[in-house]
Amino acid sequence: MKTPRDDQPSLWDAITGAEDEARELSQRWLKDARNTIALSDLAHGSSLDVPRSRLAGRSVLIATQDQLASAAALIELDGVARRLVLCPPDVAAGHLPAVAATAEIEAIVSDREAIGFGEIGDRLFVRSSPHLSSTAPEQRREAHTEWILLTSGTTGVPKLVVHDLASLAGAIEFGTGALGNRAVWSTFYDIRRYGGLQIFLRAMLGGGSMVLSSAGEATGEFLTRAGICGVTHISGTPSHWRRALMSPAARRIAPHYARLSGEIADQSILDRLKAFYPQASVAHAFASTEAGVAFDVGDGLAGFPVSLVGRAGSPVELKVEDDSLRIRSGRNARRYLGAQQEGLVGSDGFVDTGDIVGLRGERYHFVGRRGGIINVGGLKVHPEEVEAVINRHPAVQASRVRSRRSPITGAIVVAEIVPREGADASGSLTREILDCCREALPAHKVPAAIRIVPSLEVTAAGKLDRANA
Amino acid sequence: MPIKTTIMSQFVKVAQEQGKPLAALSDQTALLDSGLDSLCFAIIVARLEDELGIDPFSASDDAEFPVTFGDFVKFYENAAR
Repeated sequence: MKTPRDDQPSLWDAITGAEDEARELSQRWLKDARNTIALSDLAHGSSLDVPRSRLAGRSVLIATQDQLASAAALIELDGVARRLVLCPPDVAAGHLPAVAATAEIEAIVSDREAIGFGEIGDRLFVRSSPHLSSTAPEQRREAHTEWILLTSGTTGVPKLVVHDLASLAGAIEFGTGALGNRAVWSTFYDIRRYGGLQIFLRAMLGGGSMVLSSAGEATGEFLTRAGICGVTHISGTPSHWRRALMSPAARRIAPHYARLSGEIADQSILDRLKAFYPQASVAHAFASTEAGVAFDVGDGLAGFPVSLVGRAGSPVELKVEDDSLRIRSGRNARRYLGAQQEGLVGSDGFVDTGDIVGLRGERYHFVGRRGGIINVGGLKVHPEEVEAVINRHPAVQASRVRSRRSPITGAIVVAEIVPREGADASGSLTREILDCCREALPAHKVPAAIRIVPSLEVTAAGKLDRANA
Repeated sequence: MPIKTTIMSQFVKVAQEQGKPLAALSDQTALLDSGLDSLCFAIIVARLEDELGIDPFSASDDAEFPVTFGDFVKFYENAAR
């Protein structure tokens, strides 16, 4: 069986190569709320309104509204195009001209009548449709295609992070697992972001199918549909999961595998998921767009074993320097695209994740982000370490800890809390939570004020919104 | 409720929460001798801003910062006018 790690076949060749007697390609599919594409139909059909050969060797911006359209374009154009830029739908239209210029975009794939920015120029505009048109027999797919992901930075033009199928698929086991190719994958992420793309590639390279969320689809509707489609493997951030577990439709799915990534998975969300889906194996993974997938943790405990660090010569090397986790592996992104970008990889070959870890016993625990520190009169507080304590309270569904300006100490710590459904959100709840915090944390880390809120903002990337924190 | 009562009750509450022995408060009590540290004051100022809608520490940059408890109360009373 051919895999991208062996001799760099294209995604399509890897999909068809992973096919075995047990399951016809025609029984594998990609589905959103409106449309279904059977993978076998892509052998003699195309979602694009120009022959794929027109895009051979080109730099292509995939800027579709629907994930399904992007998925089809990725399958069709890997090995054909020189470069594929995956544009998440929430990228500000104002940033697109700069992204297109940096990536030397020559063609734009869209499922809309027009793209959000006027400067098409002499670029080829390619319409994508989920209703495939028939195409000539397969051409060769031998180009080494760059896959460009946009980072979800809070401000400014997104960074363009260069991967290829080999770096993206480095953590993926091919055609294994108890379910083999009957797996139905899904994710709360958008597949045009690293976390979602990992799930898309697991579905495609592992021989399964995939349920995609549709633009604007509510969490409950999506879960109901995923349940009807028989989802077996599903992933999201801890924020995604906290929100999902608030939905009655969370009972509509019965996954074999539930995965968390993209934010710190604290013990309470791991325990809650395991209790909610007792038949599922619950794993949390560490990955970032720049560093790639570093590891999966499947023992149900927060943090990761110290034994993962410092294993020279292993496919993924980890080290902790200045308290932050650093990663060197073939799954690291290759580089940033564009001039005057700082190095993605340090001189030692490691990517600095900016994620601060602390050692407790035989395990490293994630403490927070280097950039997210609250300074209380010179004492440092990571919002995430306080949230982890608050989230241990059984009546708390989710929490956000943020900085509040103080004329006395520069900043103080305050918290917002979403109570679980049916929980008594009266004054006694905040008193109890403050008691927990005082027991577990030094005084400067204890929130000076706690506000009960109905919900917390989650970014398009599925992470708790800390932009105003 | 008079501002002084509100302030007094926050001093008592925060001292209790932070496990600090609070001195008997009179107008002459120096804030530095009250038993409260700067974190306590930061919390008190934030809570008073929530409760009274004013933060005289941030609002006025030329005013002299209070030294005694009596000054502190006056600081808020003046800002509330």
